[in-house]
Amino acid sequence: MKEVKKHTGFGFVVKSLVSGLGLTWRHFKNARNRRTPEYVSDENYFKQPDGMATLKYPYEALPVPDNGRYRLHNEIDDCIVCDLCAKVCPVNCITIESVKATEEIGMTSDGTKKRLYAPVFDIDMAKCCYCGLCTTVCPTDCLTMTPVYDFAEVDIKNMVYHFTDLTPEQSEEKKQLLAKQQEEMAAAKAAALAARKKD
Amino acid sequence: MLAFLLTLGALLGVVIALAYAERKVAAFMQDRMGPTEAGPQGSLQAVADVLKLLQKEDIVPAAADKKLFKLAPILIFAAVFAGFAVIPFSPDLIPAGIGIGVFYLLAIISLDVVGLLMAGWGSNNKYAMLGAMRSVAQIVSYEIPAGLAILSVVMVCQSLDFQEISYQQGALMNQFPGLEYEMNWLFGIEALGINTTTIGGITTWNIFRAPILLVAFVIYFIASLAESNRAPFDIPEAESELVAGFHVEYSGFRFAILFLAEYSMMVLVSLVAVILFLGSWNTPLPNIGPVALAYWTSGTPGELSSIGWGIFWLLSKTFILLFLQLQLRWTYPRLRVDQLMHLCWKVLTPVALAVVLIAGIWRLLMI
Repeated sequence: MKEVKKHTGFGFVVKSLVSGLGLTWRHFKNARNRRTPEYVSDENYFKQPDGMATLKYPYEALPVPDNGRYRLHNEIDDCIVCDLCAKVCPVNCITIESVKATEEIGMTSDGTKKRLYAPVFDIDMAKCCYCGLCTTVCPTDCLTMTPVYDFAEVDIKNMVYHFTDLTPEQSEEKKQLLAKQQEEMAAAKAAALAARKKD
Repeated sequence: MLAFLLTLGALLGVVIALAYAERKVAAFMQDRMGPTEAGPQGSLQAVADVLKLLQKEDIVPAAADKKLFKLAPILIFAAVFAGFAVIPFSPDLIPAGIGIGVFYLLAIISLDVVGLLMAGWGSNNKYAMLGAMRSVAQIVSYEIPAGLAILSVVMVCQSLDFQEISYQQGALMNQFPGLEYEMNWLFGIEALGINTTTIGGITTWNIFRAPILLVAFVIYFIASLAESNRAPFDIPEAESELVAGFHVEYSGFRFAILFLAEYSMMVLVSLVAVILFLGSWNTPLPNIGPVALAYWTSGTPGELSSIGWGIFWLLSKTFILLFLQLQLRWTYPRLRVDQLMHLCWKVLTPVALAVVLIAGIWRLLMI
């Protein structure tokens, strides 16, 4: 068996102590440089072995991947309130109430007609499991994952995000409009039925 | 009284700067950034910490020995602070210019140990007690090599007066009453025939007047690390095993005082090292023929210029030593208790004894 060479003696100890000091001194000197917040695909990402590794987080952050799954956002102007996202959600974190509009409300940016109001469109981010299924089923691509991941709250109620663009009064008004229209339609239907019976 | 207030103020300033420097240096050596938020580059962090400590509740544990517990921080700080009384800051500026300064300093610093033991015992806490016991064992042990290293300086300088020792290490030597006809020779050896009395600068520092004192300096520096409980000799405060050592039960103002005492101790031992070995307040630049660098950077004793230069050189050298202390802390791992005692009793003490002997012989060569 080969004997392991033992490093002992005054000279060796001094040498190792000095080389230790040299190491910390090198790091101290290199502390003038600091790593830059670059994306992992950047050429420089792995080429910054020297200098401070800290990023001042709230002010600087490493970019996240485009297809990463972070906080959801619903662009309510493009939403046709189809309820697909709520149906596909495995943890039921999306709550949608819909009210039929009495007339056509408008068009989404991809040209789909909007026929429903959404008095309630809530996403409970505390329940969300970030699977991203809702964004795949969304027909108008209005429900998206944003690169925001730092949204902790003190009160868990604040984790429920409300995306509706209607005030409670407005939604009440829309509901009444719909009820009125349906009443009128029912009355018209009844009248038509009565007229047909007479014949 | 004025000297007291000035020294206290200066000490607070230096300690605050040191506490900030410690965090920044530690951070840089570990590739971190250190404090960045409070003030530009986080420079007000130490001040903010002190203010926070002052606002905290003053907790005295119910089971503590209350008298000892309350007295200990005062005693510890007083012992360290009293040491500053004999430190010469410039050719004329010395809070108390007593003739036996070195002896007084060694004696008064030893009082620190009593305070540590009081704090550890009075806290009625096993960590505090263990920390205090380790601290006392360590400080008492390391006082021996430190004392011997200082003794060799005293033998070479033939004086216990810090101011006289300071004057001997520069071009201004002959202006000190009693040293008018003294001469400095290169390496202290007259036979070499190189008179450095008027050259001054680094050539008359104690480590050059008697090169054996370089060894004494290394011994003193290592022992002073242990005396101020600094890494790698920080087993009394080993965070990983003792939480914080003797001051684990202290909070608020009392903790601030202990913290202050600890950092003051670092400053004090560095100051003493500079004064005894590295030329005190003397400039490192020598007079070279007509280029009288030493005189230009010393000022005239008795005038404001000498006070400015003296404080500048003294503090610069002290800060270099303090930086070294910080760097050592973030470079070396902590010693085990048996390694600590081995180093003290089997390495440093015998070497220090040999240095004392050689310094005595060297002194004979200097006459």
